[in-house]
Amino acid sequence: MLEIGTLHYVLVGAILFLIGMVGVITRRNVVIIFMSIELMLSAINLNLLAFSRLYGLHGQVFALFIAADAAAEAAVGLGILIAFFRNRTTVNMDEVDLLKW
Amino acid sequence: MTPVATPFFFYFLSGIAILSAIIMVTKINPVHSALALIVTLLASAGLYLMLYAPFMAAVQIVLYAGGILVMFLFVMMLVNIQHLYVEKMLNRQWLVGLIATVVLALLMIGALVRGAASLPQHIVNHPEQSNVQEIGLLLYGRNTGYYMFPFEIASVLLLVAVVGAVVMAKRRV
Repeated sequence: MLEIGTLHYVLVGAILFLIGMVGVITRRNVVIIFMSIELMLSAINLNLLAFSRLYGLHGQVFALFIAADAAAEAAVGLGILIAFFRNRTTVNMDEVDLLKW
Repeated sequence: MTPVATPFFFYFLSGIAILSAIIMVTKINPVHSALALIVTLLASAGLYLMLYAPFMAAVQIVLYAGGILVMFLFVMMLVNIQHLYVEKMLNRQWLVGLIATVVLALLMIGALVRGAASLPQHIVNHPEQSNVQEIGLLLYGRNTGYYMFPFEIASVLLLVAVVGAVVMAKRRV
């Protein structure tokens, strides 16, 4: 069978990133948008690890930082979601217009 | 140790990851989406293992599948989603979003095609036994700790996130 190189992993990371981007842009539910952002961050981690196989272990340390940032982002985002749901009793993204005029 | 049956496991794991990612984006119930996301993250943890990153694979399983997804499910229990099935799934800009995604996909394909020749062919197989040790030396080593200051900044970021989440989820905002 074909040899699996770095390009294969980068391609899978790009596909996962694009699927996550479709979820972020087209869905209305804020929870699913947060989950799609997690998917995009995980795809970036896959890219970093694929390149860390070529250039040394620094990519794995960066992937660790991105995992920590994903946890922080999920915590703050879900806090915002609960506060918003308490005000508006909805979780739809196109009704988030408190700062619009 | 040389890996065995690498192409089979690569196509298997990435197929599972991509399929369940598509399921995650297209399901209308967020609980189903969360379960599909768990499958995607576990499959990418398997891909991390194939890339000689066992520590990141363990962090992926513990942090994402064990921590973040449980938090998502808790929030879905707090937030009422009964009226979800009678509503529209996509927002008004979905066509523009799809076009933008296709443009980005074409851009990525172009970059991959043009840049594939410049990738180094030599692959360093890091030893798996000392992976955690090497990462620890890069983070905390006396002379090799290049990432000690970013690590401290990440800890401050996590502290800010904890305080912010507690403040925003409190009763009176």
